[in-house]
Amino acid sequence: MSFANPVPVSWFLVLSALLFAIGVAGALTRRNGIGIFLSIELMLNAVNVALIGYSRLLGERSGQIMVLFVMAVAAAEAAVGLGLFIAVYRQRRTIDVNRLNLMRW
Amino acid sequence: MRPLDLLWLVPALPIAGAALNGLICLFWPKAPKATATWIGVGFPGASMLVALAAIWEYLHGVNPDPFERTFWSWTAGELSIPVAFLLDPLSVVMLFIVTFVGFWIHVYSAGYMSHDPGYRRYFAYLNLFMGAMLLLILGNNFLVMFVGWEGVGLCSYLLIGFYYDKKFAADAGKKAFIVNRIGDFGFLIGMFLIFTTFGSLNFITVFAQASTLSAGTPVIMWMTLALFLGATGKSAQIPLFVWLPDAMAGPTPVSALIHAATMVTGGVYMIARCSILFALAPVTMEVVAVIGACTALFAASIGLVQNDIKKVLAYSTVSQLGYMFLALGVGAFAAGIFHVLTHAFFKALLFLGSGAVIHAMHEEQDIRKMGGLKKYLPTTYKTFLVGTIAIAGIPPLAGFFSKDEILWKAFANGDYVLWSMGIVGAGLTAFYMFRLLSLTFEGEKRWDAGKHPHEAPSTMTIPLIVLAGLSIVGGFVGIPASLGGGNAIEHWLEPVFEKANDKMSLKLHGIETIEYVLMGLSVAVALAGIYLARLWYLKKNDGPNRVSSRFAGMYKLLLNKYYVDEAYDAAIVTPIVKGSDKLLWRVVDVGIIDWCVNALASIFGFASKGARRVQTGVAQSYAIVFLAGVIAIIGWMLVK
Amino acid sequence: MIDQSSILSTILFLPLLGAIIIALMNAENKKLIKILGLMFSTVPFIVSVWLFLKFNGASGEMQFVERYSWITNLDISYKIGVDGISLLLVVLTTFLTPIALLASWESIENKLKGYVALMLLLEVGTLGVFMSLDIFLFYVFWEFMLIPMYFIIGIWGGGERIYAAIKFFLYTMAGSLLMLVAIIWLGYYASTLPGGIFTTDLMKLYQIAPGIPMSIQSWMFLAFALSFCIKVPLFPFHTWLPDAHVQAPTAGSVILAGVLLKMGTYGLVRFCLPLFPFATFTFMPYIAGLAVVGIIYGALLSMVQGDLKKLVAYSSVSHLGFVVLGIFAVNEEGMQGSVIQMINHGLSTGGLFLLVGMIYDRRHTRMIKDFGGLAKQMPVYATLFMIVMLSSVGLPGLNGFVGEFLILLGAFKSDLLGSYAYAILGATGVIFAAVYLLWSYQRVFFGKLDNPENQKLLDLSRREIAVLVPVIVFIVWIGFFPNTFLEKSAASSKQVIQMVQSARQGVRTAMLEKEIITGRNKR
Repeated sequence: MSFANPVPVSWFLVLSALLFAIGVAGALTRRNGIGIFLSIELMLNAVNVALIGYSRLLGERSGQIMVLFVMAVAAAEAAVGLGLFIAVYRQRRTIDVNRLNLMRW
Repeated sequence: MRPLDLLWLVPALPIAGAALNGLICLFWPKAPKATATWIGVGFPGASMLVALAAIWEYLHGVNPDPFERTFWSWTAGELSIPVAFLLDPLSVVMLFIVTFVGFWIHVYSAGYMSHDPGYRRYFAYLNLFMGAMLLLILGNNFLVMFVGWEGVGLCSYLLIGFYYDKKFAADAGKKAFIVNRIGDFGFLIGMFLIFTTFGSLNFITVFAQASTLSAGTPVIMWMTLALFLGATGKSAQIPLFVWLPDAMAGPTPVSALIHAATMVTGGVYMIARCSILFALAPVTMEVVAVIGACTALFAASIGLVQNDIKKVLAYSTVSQLGYMFLALGVGAFAAGIFHVLTHAFFKALLFLGSGAVIHAMHEEQDIRKMGGLKKYLPTTYKTFLVGTIAIAGIPPLAGFFSKDEILWKAFANGDYVLWSMGIVGAGLTAFYMFRLLSLTFEGEKRWDAGKHPHEAPSTMTIPLIVLAGLSIVGGFVGIPASLGGGNAIEHWLEPVFEKANDKMSLKLHGIETIEYVLMGLSVAVALAGIYLARLWYLKKNDGPNRVSSRFAGMYKLLLNKYYVDEAYDAAIVTPIVKGSDKLLWRVVDVGIIDWCVNALASIFGFASKGARRVQTGVAQSYAIVFLAGVIAIIGWMLVK
Repeated sequence: MIDQSSILSTILFLPLLGAIIIALMNAENKKLIKILGLMFSTVPFIVSVWLFLKFNGASGEMQFVERYSWITNLDISYKIGVDGISLLLVVLTTFLTPIALLASWESIENKLKGYVALMLLLEVGTLGVFMSLDIFLFYVFWEFMLIPMYFIIGIWGGGERIYAAIKFFLYTMAGSLLMLVAIIWLGYYASTLPGGIFTTDLMKLYQIAPGIPMSIQSWMFLAFALSFCIKVPLFPFHTWLPDAHVQAPTAGSVILAGVLLKMGTYGLVRFCLPLFPFATFTFMPYIAGLAVVGIIYGALLSMVQGDLKKLVAYSSVSHLGFVVLGIFAVNEEGMQGSVIQMINHGLSTGGLFLLVGMIYDRRHTRMIKDFGGLAKQMPVYATLFMIVMLSSVGLPGLNGFVGEFLILLGAFKSDLLGSYAYAILGATGVIFAAVYLLWSYQRVFFGKLDNPENQKLLDLSRREIAVLVPVIVFIVWIGFFPNTFLEKSAASSKQVIQMVQSARQGVRTAMLEKEIITGRNKR
């Protein structure tokens, strides 16, 4: 291994957990659709960090492959999600999720 | 081709005429009126010719056996019903009455209805009636008979309600149909019992099996009682007679054809046809005789005070039908059919005569507003007089022989009470008929000067003359042996009633003296009735007023027909209608059953209303729940 | 010519093809949509007439059977075929659909495309129900049929259409879910037998189902019977019917009364009786009793209705009571009567709905009190109404009588019902039928034509006459020559009855054995 004193895996996990918690908090509290969307991206990337950490620890490539998948999915999701929000915005002039309650009761 | 092979044409021709006229009526309203007459009178006329030819051939047949012909059948399970015709002595008599009298009434109608806007429709209905009536009498099994039976009921409904824009006419038609349906219910049940007992509905098969049974079997009793219920409906006997007087709302020739000469005798024909079954049920026979005698007397008593010329004749018809049932009930089947024959002649004559009068008086039917018409309607008067004498039972006109035969058989059978009811009824008949005659044709004019009564056209008078002739000579086919006659009709019908007569074993021979005495008595009673009527209504006597004020209660009762209609309304019709509306529909159906269904739905509705509070529609609150769930699961895994 | 081996599929899927084509068309092209709809419903009728002629009435077996595997490891297959009973109902369905479409030729303008497509889909569903020889397939069609009907009532119906449509849907659905459970259980039961597999093939189940222990058989019977009785509808499950009929558009009512209700009675004949003969014996007095109550109750309620459609709806309850009574008489006369009465009811009640629809199109009211004296203004209408009404009354010479007579005769002589009371009480329905129909006829057509609105009415158009004439032709035909139809279903009815009766022979011997055993024990 080229790094003599590697960063311990626990650091990765803590970072990942922190990022995930921030993402959850954001997704649950934000009202703006795009804010929620960003928070979800954050949660996805938290998972990516954890995956990379383990991949390094275990010397297993599949973790990194998973990360690439997640990034691809996230990109696709961003495209669809933002598209939806634009469409919603055009209809309703807002993307406040609390006001998008057409299906409520 | 023999005429008997063409028997199917007899009912088919009038039905074809009805269909043709009906279609023209609907789809070619501008068709020339003459076509309606040619079709409407021509088809029944052709049917009559075929029928007469068939009868002639049958009479001269080497083989007197019943003639049967099957056309097609219905089958289901054990049931197999041929659509088949039977010609035997009984149906020959009926065939003659229906086609012959029917034809002349058609001819008469062409004159009587000529100014009616519904002329073509009228003939379509009338022809249809002929077809159905012929099916009734020609069918060789109960089902074909029933088809005709209900068919005539339908035509009766249509013709009574012919002037449908008048409410009472439409009501009367409906009443006739429904009351007949009650009778038909009995007929149906009777048929079911016959089928379950004998496994067939064919007359010959059933009667052959029945004659092997012993009298008094309960199933035969129920069977015959059910059939008799059917007969009371069609032939207007107590308790189902109520429709016939109202049926006079129809055009007068209809009253003559359907409600006097042919359809109403269907019940008599049916019982005569089933004579062997009835002969095996002494209880039923008793019931038939008693109902017949009661109806005869009851209807005659109502007839005494009616002022509508057609109502008098209607009650008279009910009464005469009562005599026929009396005859059947005492086992004198041939006498019953004989009376059907003579009654068809004179009652059709009387109705047609009354039609001529009504025509002349511009649709006036109240005899209090007539009088003195003798001068203006000589032919009608003469023929009406013949009919009146015939119905009153004065020899040697037709009514005498048949009525006397019935009374004599009732007496000979030992039913003295029924006989005396009959003889009183005969006196009443003579009275009310001569009252009618006197008030209508004799005495002084009681009508407005504006009316100019004139004799009817020849299309109307010729049928009157033909029927008057038959009313005079029609009785001669049944001159009893005691008067030196051969009683041809009884002999003619003997093959049909042979088995029934064996079971009944009427003792009739060797007491000719009594027969003469009774004959004299009934003629005397009739003459007394006539005398009283002439005295009261011709000589400006105040007898009627005295009697009616003396017995005011009775008079009112009779005038209101014993309040039978009102009683039926109050006891049956109103409770059913009100009960169905107020109780069954509004309470049971809407209030209970549908309420339960909707309540069940509401329970689910309420439950889900509570449950859906959880669904706030805010995605984030769902996510919180989701997160809580995830944490709970992870926590549970850690603790475990 | 059509390949005889796939004639049934041809009839079944032609309307589906039509529905798909119409769904893909431009909604503005109304004329073409209507013509295509009519064509795709008329061709199946012509094919089914050919089927009718080809059908061998002497055999009670299933004919024209087609089978394709569907879910192989559960032995669920696409298996269709007809016997005499279903043959008549198939012909009735294909006959009534074009008539219903023609009847709504002018009255439906809104969302026409969807309407025509749904009517064709409805035909597919009902035909499938009558043809299925696999219970699972039957269930699929049974439920499938609900959807187009739901939309037809819910979109093109009257003022309370949503309520009526939902009530119709849920009511029927509630019953059929129990049936689904029973179907699954039946399949499962087949797999528990030695060497058995899970199967929903009706012919295989006919062999094994009567052997189900009595305690379970009763439940199975009830699960099926409830679903069918709701559909019939048997008293007291009938309250969805007046709502659905009143709200549905004319064509919807025609198909609902004419065909859909027959699915219930057909189900009783095809499934309840032969699959569960012992339970049938247990429950027959009750069901026949309810049928008799329905006959009288429906008639009495019909008598007091002010809305013509509601009147006809309640009269359906009465007429279908006759059909159920005939079925549960469990003899050939009753069964044949019921089969022919199903057809009769389709014609006469369907015809009455058509007629009521025609006057509704003109006056936009169905209340009896708004009419009176119409016979003068509309003689053709009055005459045709009279004929159809008399067929419903059961006048001999018209079709209704044939069915009622055979049913009552069957009930009367049925030794299994064991009492004349059913037939005698049922026969009073004949009187009441005359009362309610004649009374309403009088109020609509007779009397004075005094409402100025009614004085402007036009008599029937050629199209309307063309709609009614075929119905009337069959009404008279069956009235005079019922054998044309009876002979097709005779052998099949006999077969159904034999399946039930042979089980009874079994019971009798079993009971005798039991008696002998218990007798021995007593000693």
